[in-house]
Amino acid sequence: MKYFDSGQIQKKLGSRLLLNQVAKRLFFLATLVGLVVLVILIYRVFSDSMGWINFDFLSNRLSTDPQKAGILGAITGTFWLMVVVAPVTFFLGVGTAIYLEEFAKKGRFQSFIQTNISNLAGVPSIVFGLLGLTVFVRGLGLGAVVLAGGLTMALLVLPIVVVSAQEAIRAVPQYLRDASYGMGATKWQTIKNVVLPAAIPGILTGIILALSRAIGETAPLVVLGIPALLIPLPEGIFDKFTVMPLQIYYWTIDAALVAEYANLAAASIVVLLFILFLMNSVAIFIRNKYQKRY
Amino acid sequence: MEKSIGQVRKMIEENKKTASFTNVVEKIIPKTLFVIAVISILTTLGILVTLLSETVAFFKEISFIEFFTGTVLKPLGQNAQFGVLPLLTGTLISSAIAMVVAIPIGLMTAVYLSEYASEKVRKVVKPILEILAGIPTIVYGFFALTFVTPILRSLIPGLEPTNILSPGIVMGIMIIPMVASLSEDALGAVPNSMREGALALGATKLEVTWKVIVPAAISGIVASFVLAISRAIGETMIVTIASGSSKNFTFDLTQSMQTMTAYIVEVTGGDAPAGSTLYYSLYAVAMTLFVFTLVMNLIAQYISRKFREEY
Amino acid sequence: MAVMTKAKKNFVSPANVGTQEPVQSNKKVAFQTKDLNLWYGEDHALKSINLEIVENEVTAIIGPSGCGKSTFIKTLNRMVELIPVVKISGDILYREKSILNKSYKVEELRTRVGMVFQKPNPFPKSIYENIAYGPKIHGIRNKKILDEIVEKSLRGAAIWDEVKDRLHENAYGLSGGQQQRICIARCLAIEPDVILMDEPTSALDPISTLKIEELVQELKKDFSIIIVTHNMQQAARISDKTAFFLNGEVIEFDSTDKIFSTPSDKRTEDYITGRFG
Repeated sequence: MKYFDSGQIQKKLGSRLLLNQVAKRLFFLATLVGLVVLVILIYRVFSDSMGWINFDFLSNRLSTDPQKAGILGAITGTFWLMVVVAPVTFFLGVGTAIYLEEFAKKGRFQSFIQTNISNLAGVPSIVFGLLGLTVFVRGLGLGAVVLAGGLTMALLVLPIVVVSAQEAIRAVPQYLRDASYGMGATKWQTIKNVVLPAAIPGILTGIILALSRAIGETAPLVVLGIPALLIPLPEGIFDKFTVMPLQIYYWTIDAALVAEYANLAAASIVVLLFILFLMNSVAIFIRNKYQKRY
Repeated sequence: MEKSIGQVRKMIEENKKTASFTNVVEKIIPKTLFVIAVISILTTLGILVTLLSETVAFFKEISFIEFFTGTVLKPLGQNAQFGVLPLLTGTLISSAIAMVVAIPIGLMTAVYLSEYASEKVRKVVKPILEILAGIPTIVYGFFALTFVTPILRSLIPGLEPTNILSPGIVMGIMIIPMVASLSEDALGAVPNSMREGALALGATKLEVTWKVIVPAAISGIVASFVLAISRAIGETMIVTIASGSSKNFTFDLTQSMQTMTAYIVEVTGGDAPAGSTLYYSLYAVAMTLFVFTLVMNLIAQYISRKFREEY
Repeated sequence: MAVMTKAKKNFVSPANVGTQEPVQSNKKVAFQTKDLNLWYGEDHALKSINLEIVENEVTAIIGPSGCGKSTFIKTLNRMVELIPVVKISGDILYREKSILNKSYKVEELRTRVGMVFQKPNPFPKSIYENIAYGPKIHGIRNKKILDEIVEKSLRGAAIWDEVKDRLHENAYGLSGGQQQRICIARCLAIEPDVILMDEPTSALDPISTLKIEELVQELKKDFSIIIVTHNMQQAARISDKTAFFLNGEVIEFDSTDKIFSTPSDKRTEDYITGRFG
């Protein structure tokens, strides 16, 4: 008595293999979707910005006249925003990570902070905007200035920095800590002189990624009430400001009124993507250069 | 060597006496770091308190039932009405469209990368997906309005210049990398022995993937879907730009609809006077949004924790 | 029995003469443990250890894996406390002072009792920075003094000639054996009284091992050395006293010569003749 009819199996095998081949192609096509969209998107943005990116565009201030309008103000605003976001996220993010990895006792409180951070990462950015509007802009009476925007953004990207700094600190092998403790070093000396230097490439990579998120983020700043047409350049963290994504937003929605605004938006997108590309390249460079040093 | 023994020792001893600074630092640092770590909790508290206090003020003026069952949202003018249903349908429909795009494509991409692709292909595709994930949403919004909408309008007669379909699709594309990479992590965590076991029985790769690997990784995959939904619900700029601000209560995809997030942008952009019902409605909507995404995130965490496969 | 003959042959060294005699009163005691017990959670890892370790000698600790020998030397500089679930009872006296006492600062203890680890663990910094690390954290900042300490320590660890032209290169560029001598030099830089060595040659090739063994003989003049090893021949070659650990207990502690020629416990004999472990 045979349970299997090998002829029958042979017959079915052909169609099974065919199905496998079809599926493989289908999965490959699905993978291509993302790539194709990326190519179209970039091509589209570049072709719309053709002829619009020049020295005048980069060095002029805002104007209602598309021919005269430039994004110097937005670039300056983005710069000042980073002047606030970078140190604040570094300080808060790395501090939290060190506390969680090196000082907090494993237990309820530590896992509470940890869960809280992963939930914060999932809060929509626009809700952070409302927090910033209520606490920084109105509560502290700062108004829609760089500092208010920067603090809002810093809280928004905080989870990214904390998580990547935690991973970097966790990756420092215990034997390096042991070596330091074995020399009679205190806990903080060990963290400062051994753990942080070894973890700094990972921490920096995380910070750059967090900053590039902050540079491209629009929604929270819209909520803060950044004006659509701001001519003066910000000169410090207490000045009113605008940033590239906001400029792109306003130009895009007003393109229905003035068609050339769409070109200005595209040109700003090219500048924004170029800056993000540079930052990510730096992050990848750091990651590759300092990988596996111990 | 022998002669000098003790010199360094002596110096260290000397320094010990004046090392009170080190001792103080050693005591202060943990406390300082604790305070810093608590800031993340204060942020959550700040969000909750901000949203709750103004939401409570809102519900003093508009009843709970009116808000959640009202099909008309007309925040300005004489007979202002605050029904949230138009925003809820707008949010859920745009998210649903996004999921129809992101889930199948994302999952198939994950399967291809994890089970079929060669190392070479993976090395090319994964960074590209990372780039796609790193593009600011405002850029996707621009893309939806100036590229996808015109194409859709030439295909679908009657599609309005601002409609929910175009931002929904683009949002789906934006979310593909997230679904793909989280699902791929889940698939990659399935041990090779399972694949080998099934392959050795004469199963084809598709059968192994479909009947063994995907079921084994299902909790991680589902968690990635839930996170993707949460991300779509909270997405702001794409829908704000491409779906307009009509507060239609409809299920017609060709029409303009407003999401909760887009409503918040519209109202804050219009400088609602503090203390007005309009102003409070902002927080009531934001609270609804916050609860939706929080619940989604908690579900995702629960799934991946509770059903973590023990290989 | 091959092990023993070889061990004995290596014994003809003046360093060992002193140990033939019983412990004399003029020899200072470095460590004294009194009924030392240690638990990892529920696991009883050290069981009432009573040992006296004398200064300026090499004390070897041998025994099969998991017998508690590493745990034992890590309690001597309290590194074992880095594991959260550890509980200790009994007492350890270092130069007649209890080091388990809360008032004995652990950083203070570790500057006196240095440690060399199983796997070479230099910091991912330059050779110079590795050696200067200890003096720096203990407040020595003068560049000239640091230069002197670095040179002296590297000479002390017999690696000066190999690295003097590349002091500012990363220590990870060195071979395993060189790295381990850098770690020894790093330890010497703060001039401890005692050096604990936790299987320092287990990750090294035979030639590097030999260099470290010669170095240990040299260091003995200035330092007390306690070395954990799973290599019995190494214990026989370089130590004055040997303690045999089994399942967290000290089975036998005596002069190395005695342990390897006429052990008084059957289990010691079984172990050194390779019948188990």
